[in-house]
Amino acid sequence: MKPAVFSYLRPTNLQEALMFLEEYGEDAKILSGGQSLIPTMNMRLSAPAYLIDISRISDLNYIKLDGDFLAVGALTKHKDIENSDLVKEACPLLSEAIRWVGHAQIRNRGTVGGSIAHGDPSAELPCVLTALRGEIVIANVDGSEEVLVPEEFFLTYMLTSLQPDQMVKEVRFPIIPKESGSAFLELARRHGDFGLAEVAAVVDIDDEGHLLNVKIAVGGVNPTPTALEQVEEYLIGKKLTDEVLRQVSDLTQESVDPESDLHGTAEYRRELAGTLTVRALKIAVERARGGNNNVQ
Amino acid sequence: MKKYVGQSVKRKEDYRLVTGTGQFVADIKLAGMLEAVFVRSPQAHAIIRHIDTSKAKELPGVHAVLIGDDIKGIINPITQFESHSAVPPNVAKEINPKIQYNDESVLAIDKVVYVGQPVAVVVADNRYIAEDAADLIKVEYEQLKPMVDPYEAMKEGSPLVQNQVEQNIQMEFHLSIGDAKRVEQQSNHVLKARVKTPRLSSNPIETRGVIADYDNRTDQIHVWSATQLPFEVRATIAHCLGWTEQNIRVTAPDVGGGFGPKGGVHPEEILIPYISKRLNRPVKWVEDRLEHLTSARQSRDQVHDVIVAYNSDGTILSLRDEFVVDSGAVNFFGFTCAYNTAYHLRGAYKIPNYDIKSRIVLTNKTPNVPFRGAGRPEAVFTMDRVIDMIARKLKLDPVEVMKRNMIQAHEMPYDQGILVKDGARLIYDSGDYPAALNQALAMVDYEGFRERQKELKKAGKNIGIGISSYVEGTGAGPFEGALLSVDSTGKVIAHLGASPQGQGHETVFAQIGADALGLTPDDIVIKVGDTAVLPFGAGTYASRSAVNAGSAMHEASLKLRNKVVAIAGIILGTLPDEIVIEEGKIFSKENPSHFLTLQDIYKRSRPAARPPLPSEIEPGLQVTHYFVPPTVTFASSVHIAEVEVDKETGFVDLQNYSVVHDCGTVINPMIVDGQVQGGIAQGIGSALYEEVVYNESGQLLTGTYMDYLLPTSMEIPTVKKGHQQHLSTRNPLGVKGVGEGGAISPPAAIANAIVDALSDLEIVINQLPVSPSRLRGLIKEAEKKQSTILSK
Amino acid sequence: MSNKVQVAVFVNGKKVQKKVEPRLLLTDFIREECNLTGTHLGCEHGVCGACTILVDNEPVRSCLMFAVQADGCDIQTVESLNSVDGPLNVLQQSFSDNHALQCGFCTPGFLMTLTHFLIDNENPTENEIREAISGNLCRCTGYANIIKAVQQAAQILQKEKSNSSVVSAQ
Repeated sequence: MKPAVFSYLRPTNLQEALMFLEEYGEDAKILSGGQSLIPTMNMRLSAPAYLIDISRISDLNYIKLDGDFLAVGALTKHKDIENSDLVKEACPLLSEAIRWVGHAQIRNRGTVGGSIAHGDPSAELPCVLTALRGEIVIANVDGSEEVLVPEEFFLTYMLTSLQPDQMVKEVRFPIIPKESGSAFLELARRHGDFGLAEVAAVVDIDDEGHLLNVKIAVGGVNPTPTALEQVEEYLIGKKLTDEVLRQVSDLTQESVDPESDLHGTAEYRRELAGTLTVRALKIAVERARGGNNNVQ
Repeated sequence: MKKYVGQSVKRKEDYRLVTGTGQFVADIKLAGMLEAVFVRSPQAHAIIRHIDTSKAKELPGVHAVLIGDDIKGIINPITQFESHSAVPPNVAKEINPKIQYNDESVLAIDKVVYVGQPVAVVVADNRYIAEDAADLIKVEYEQLKPMVDPYEAMKEGSPLVQNQVEQNIQMEFHLSIGDAKRVEQQSNHVLKARVKTPRLSSNPIETRGVIADYDNRTDQIHVWSATQLPFEVRATIAHCLGWTEQNIRVTAPDVGGGFGPKGGVHPEEILIPYISKRLNRPVKWVEDRLEHLTSARQSRDQVHDVIVAYNSDGTILSLRDEFVVDSGAVNFFGFTCAYNTAYHLRGAYKIPNYDIKSRIVLTNKTPNVPFRGAGRPEAVFTMDRVIDMIARKLKLDPVEVMKRNMIQAHEMPYDQGILVKDGARLIYDSGDYPAALNQALAMVDYEGFRERQKELKKAGKNIGIGISSYVEGTGAGPFEGALLSVDSTGKVIAHLGASPQGQGHETVFAQIGADALGLTPDDIVIKVGDTAVLPFGAGTYASRSAVNAGSAMHEASLKLRNKVVAIAGIILGTLPDEIVIEEGKIFSKENPSHFLTLQDIYKRSRPAARPPLPSEIEPGLQVTHYFVPPTVTFASSVHIAEVEVDKETGFVDLQNYSVVHDCGTVINPMIVDGQVQGGIAQGIGSALYEEVVYNESGQLLTGTYMDYLLPTSMEIPTVKKGHQQHLSTRNPLGVKGVGEGGAISPPAAIANAIVDALSDLEIVINQLPVSPSRLRGLIKEAEKKQSTILSK
Repeated sequence: MSNKVQVAVFVNGKKVQKKVEPRLLLTDFIREECNLTGTHLGCEHGVCGACTILVDNEPVRSCLMFAVQADGCDIQTVESLNSVDGPLNVLQQSFSDNHALQCGFCTPGFLMTLTHFLIDNENPTENEIREAISGNLCRCTGYANIIKAVQQAAQILQKEKSNSSVVSAQ
């Protein structure tokens, strides 16, 4: 399990990185944290001729408020999100979800941009970004930028709209208002594994517990993380009664089309998506009711 | 005198291991050493049409490329290990075995029979270049129909995995006492069930590895292998390569876990020495994890069809079992696992009519060998599921059914009426199974649990408790030896054949020797795992080292003591009987203040003219003892699992795990508890997480750690442990083996607990692992069944 | 082929400068180029944690890093925990005291993960310890004694700290 030969390039700024990408395009891969890429290289499932190590581009490592968004630089590490008070304040859903990413050693190296660009439908960050209707800022070699929403960016299993000469520059998570409640739930075979299914939810409720606003997405059960628009629409103005939750579960299950694998049948994962959606909603509503969107 | 035996003496081996200065095979560096990489079959069953190695050979840094054709007629194939698969004549008479010869060439010749089989080997300056070269080797295969399901493999006319093994049945036997069929016909209660155990991969965190260093001048070769069986490796190298056994030295350095499969001699352990001699250079091969998951020997994979007759009070009248072992492409260990299953199946229970048939079937999967428990987890899962199923059919508490059938303490020693694998009668030597069960029930407050269970049920929570017990033949022979000598510094050096893979031999054997010799463990240096020193040795497997090597250490220490006191008597002018050894001081009872040390005895024991030793005392302080046990000695245990099941998701939360076990004399409680906890962790793995999966074309689906799930710290609770000490009557220390025990019962205990948590659904769990997906499927099925009954 | 690159790192406080192939994994750099074989390879795909080391004081899996990525970094391996042939440090000693290792192959990875963990977690709960070591696989111990060892080490370290603060207050 040793990687094949490659040439190593280490740009010091974004422009240089993009120039390398333009030059080597399809033969090159971007190396940031390497936590997804290097295993595949060790197994020789991938053997890029060039690796462009972007980890030294220092101005892409930041977490800051930018209008209605929490803007996170592509090279920000998972552990930085985990430890950030700003993230806890502005986007507690992200704080909660980040702890489900692998194990500490992985979070110490893995980057936000890497996780998004990898396009794994069962990864946590894409699911959160999809639920929140966040944005992905892409840098082009000519210096221009594009801003895509998750729906446009995630195309299918492990495939994004990112072109060989483009790079994820920033990921923008909408700020979650204080009065909202949010929850991230995931079930995996073991702690730290990719989820069999995962759900990210944010809700606003009125004093009687009617839902005013719902954003919810599931991961791991479709080729891309999926916003449950039908569920969201259905829930507006409703309280979470047993009947409503049953309906939520059914609607969720209609919105997903998981595949069978070693860890669960399609039927199981479909049902699990429904169950987790119901549970996540209950927690989110509970947190909104408490007026204290506290994520432990 | 017991002073150190029974103490949690801290381990001597720890210092090097916590400082990163241990020496595992991969850590060994020799000048000019090359590295090997294997090209392995991507096909389960195929003819090799052509192999093109030309590009690989041209790559700079490559020193050799070998394929099957290069070794045809030069390297003999690996075949059954006689030491493990021989059937004693009296056993043969009782079970009427049919055995067909099978083998494996160390590089595939003409055809491949499992995914991961070595097809070619590349030797290069380093592993990176060797892998580059391996990628350049092109092999053309012509696919044959793979045999994946053992039942299909046995069908008349099915393609053969090995051409000479008819119907792919490598071995079969039939063991029977009483008349089970007749009893069934007369019984009102008969239960039929199919019970399966998963295929497993042992996964020590250190993978396998071999280094060979050939010395042209002496024609000797030194082989380092991460093996449990250095002596078997030496014998197999000699057999396969036709070399003089005494020119082969096999060393097991620090070995990072084994659990059984590192005791199956693998093709790489033959080829690497061969290549070293051919190139006249040291050659190293270290298995990577993907190779481990595909190519290291696997285990378990049994299917049992049982028919059980019982009374309305739960008394089991008869048990009939036809089981199939899917052994993969080759069976090297004969009836080891299968017969272990057959003779252990009744465990702590009295079942007078017992009939068991076994077939060991070859399929196009990685070959199987014994793995921690070796046939017993399969037996216990079957038996304890049967107990639980009977209890639920009769609406009795499983404890009641267990007790109804259990062998009582006053019946010990208990004769089960059949033979052990070694040919001795199967007689349990000691133990009190009902007492162990009661102790375990008290530990978990069984009655209290039942109350809590009712309460929580009302709140919609499903908790359950499950029990399993086993009786385990441990300390299998044939023998183990100890060679003790005293050096000029007065230290005792003990060489033993049984090399460890983490069991703490350097400490426990020193404890045994210290007590027998009147020394401290620090005075004794234990050396293990080197064939150069002892002429005979076996290895560490089958929960046997404390029993065999421990007893050899004890007896050899006594022999050495005799010699020491004889010489001390001469020096001190007193009778040997009057000599006392305490903490290394050797003195006459009469005069403790005038003492000698071992160094003094050593000096006096040297061959010398003035003063000479009496002619009846041989010069030197060196003794050897080989301990040969009469047969196995029976350890036993009761395991209790407590779970909560999330009905909606099928997730199982293992909340508590408790065990009461009897391993006779406990030499080092800390190490014994560590073995129990570690074994249970592996058992929990096979109950809930681990399974080697092949698809219908024989492709391995669990080739990485993302698919083959080893339990982490989040999945394994700290086990509550209780002890019983019923001494073995079959060795001087009174010890019984403990290495494997922990792994035997968890699948049964956990499955029973899950069934118990869902008792209102009447589900049956006879297949492992109990994954959430599988369990949720069973729950839904049961709910559907109930609702149709209700609607009717 | 040999487009070697220069790598300069501090390994256990010593500067090491080598020209290596870019594809050389950091683990192999440490084991083969620095001759520090305490860092072990267990899976080479980032699951088992046996190769865990500290890079700039953070535990990382050295099988998922190329040596060249560590250029300019500060690396600590298990060999840094005590002086050669010297006494064990608190964590190492706690492992031995509690029989937290059997074969010892995974142990260096655990020690490095925990070395970092105990800096930020002076008084960890059992659950926090379990979570902290969940990225390190052990096949021998069943983890229970590792947890005990960490508890013991945390207690001793805390005591040492309060003693030394008493001393400095005086």
